[in-house]
Amino acid sequence: MEIWSLPFSPSQRAKLLSAGYTYLHSFSHLSPSALAADLDVSPQEASDVLRVVTQAGMMRKPDSIVAGAQTAWDILCEDRTMNHITTSCEDLDGILGGGISCKEITEVGGVPGIGKTQLGIQLAVNVQIPVEYGGLGGKAIYVDTEGSFMVERAFQIAESCIQDIMDKVLQTDDVGVCQENLHVNAILANIFYFRICSYTEQIAVVNYLEKFISAQKDVKIIIIDSVTFHFRQDFDDLALRTRVLSALAQKMMKLAKKFNLAVVLLNQVTTKCTDGSFQLTLALGESWSHACTNRIILYWKGNERCAYLDKSPSLPLSAAPFSVTTKGIRSVASSCKRMRTT
Amino acid sequence: MAGKPISQMGLPNSIANLFQARNILTAKDALSLTEFELMELLDVAMDVVTSAISHISEIACPPCQTALSLMENHVKNDYLGGHLPTRLKGLDDALCGGIPFGALTELVGPAGIGKTQFCLKLSLLAALPTSYGGLDGCAIYIDTESKFNSRRLIEIAENSFPEIFHLKGMAQKLAGRIVVLRPTSLTEFTESLQQIKLSLLQHRVKLLLIDSMAALLSNECEWDQKASRQDSLGWHMSFLKSLSEFSRIPVVVTNQVRAQSSDYASSYPFQVHVRDQSIRNSERSESHLVGALGFNWAHAVNIRLILEAHSGITLETDNGIEVAGPDINTIRCQGMVLRIP
Repeated sequence: MEIWSLPFSPSQRAKLLSAGYTYLHSFSHLSPSALAADLDVSPQEASDVLRVVTQAGMMRKPDSIVAGAQTAWDILCEDRTMNHITTSCEDLDGILGGGISCKEITEVGGVPGIGKTQLGIQLAVNVQIPVEYGGLGGKAIYVDTEGSFMVERAFQIAESCIQDIMDKVLQTDDVGVCQENLHVNAILANIFYFRICSYTEQIAVVNYLEKFISAQKDVKIIIIDSVTFHFRQDFDDLALRTRVLSALAQKMMKLAKKFNLAVVLLNQVTTKCTDGSFQLTLALGESWSHACTNRIILYWKGNERCAYLDKSPSLPLSAAPFSVTTKGIRSVASSCKRMRTT
Repeated sequence: MAGKPISQMGLPNSIANLFQARNILTAKDALSLTEFELMELLDVAMDVVTSAISHISEIACPPCQTALSLMENHVKNDYLGGHLPTRLKGLDDALCGGIPFGALTELVGPAGIGKTQFCLKLSLLAALPTSYGGLDGCAIYIDTESKFNSRRLIEIAENSFPEIFHLKGMAQKLAGRIVVLRPTSLTEFTESLQQIKLSLLQHRVKLLLIDSMAALLSNECEWDQKASRQDSLGWHMSFLKSLSEFSRIPVVVTNQVRAQSSDYASSYPFQVHVRDQSIRNSERSESHLVGALGFNWAHAVNIRLILEAHSGITLETDNGIEVAGPDINTIRCQGMVLRIP
């Protein structure tokens, strides 16, 4: 491993290179005082350098080929225990392999009014379904950049969710216990809400979330609604936008993996000209579209709302209808009329 | 929060001075750069950069609330629980009380459907005293198409609330609370908005109506220049949203519709095969109307009320919940009262 790939500050790197330390193995069997004398730096700085070097060296397990790798078998065993958050629509859960997966970034995009925020609120409620009723029993973080989170709607959806659970357990004797544990206010208290007014705040929130989630514990989903809004208004420098967005995506991925939670990013649409015709596509550009693990596009098919799984590492691309009712997101039961004006 | 100076954030002096020396003065400057870029720029070790960024992020981050505390705040602080009741029962039920405070509501519909009438009624409701279900404040009506008609306003008032309007001087008082602005260009409109923000609190403004947004832009540029038209609204979108949220007032905007043009994007790449089906052809021939102002604006709006004429008159909210005829008590058009059976 070469020195330039390690996180040294420019002046440290310059000193090391001019003293002839280019590879990791140049540091073998070197004491801090010897290094300090060689580089003409303080012993403290020399031991900092050695700490970075040993950390890089320690990543290589003696029996692994490459540092930090997992075997496919280990990953398969992990995947079997992977949790899914139901969307309350069986068809949609079906194409998603059980629901929104943890440890992955799922991007959901669609035209205005299709139900992205509704899906976001539904997921924020569904993640809290207790483990004994098939949920994750976790908390939700809702990052709102557009101001579209309506508390009254969250209340409605939470009430309906509890009602559905009660209907299911009606057969057993646990009704009394169920009623005590599930309360709408408790569900609302477990949705942590951040209202973001600029892209700086959006970046700040993502940076802060690591500390927040470590303190809170049990957060199982982060929903950002929408990730696009501020990046579409303020940015003149598109190259900067791409850099900032990819840094954001990486941090979210790290959060997802570290805390075993699901990240749902809601996106807007824009038009793209291909072969002379205009088509709809998700906003933020081509480079952003690589950031997510899964992508779901919500669209109108005639009078019906449909969801299309547009990107997935393991599931076939397919579509499923869903509807938005007073209870939240549900499967299509009756026809839901679409406007003649959109 | 984004503009907060780094010097005031309580970072250790050594790192704060470095930020200053490199002209990184606010949280926005610091967070726009990636951690590697900062490390290069400031010439410090990675862990120093990481801890400085997490400190800055924590301070720049807005406070966390739970959904429960949001609801309790709305109930406690806002008039009427944070909604302006429209007095149309079905609509108020679907909107959980009425037009919400702190959000941008859009009224979309073809010409002549009743958007301006709706706006006149809303401005009246804002001016009414709280004992009659109003907001007891001023309403600012930004009229870009010169459609505001005082006589019609008084007619609506006298017919809807006869018991108030027959009191002496009431008509003058309530009509005096509705402030009408008639900007003729986008720049004038922008200036008016900025002035409104300054005088909101002292004049107890409780409602902002813009009728209509599309007219301002159609004066400015050709319909073909889609991109520039949408960009010019970017600032206004954010401004209106922040205005409504910080002062907790409803902002209602009307939008026009226009016929779908041939280059209107309406399908995704994976839907290509649908275009050949006959179903699609028959839909297109129905002359599908689309809201003006494009997707960017449409995404920014929080609630969209689409007014359409079917065999009866129906109102539907944006999440597809149809408010059917019998639930609408009355709609008054042209001075006539139509009672839906």
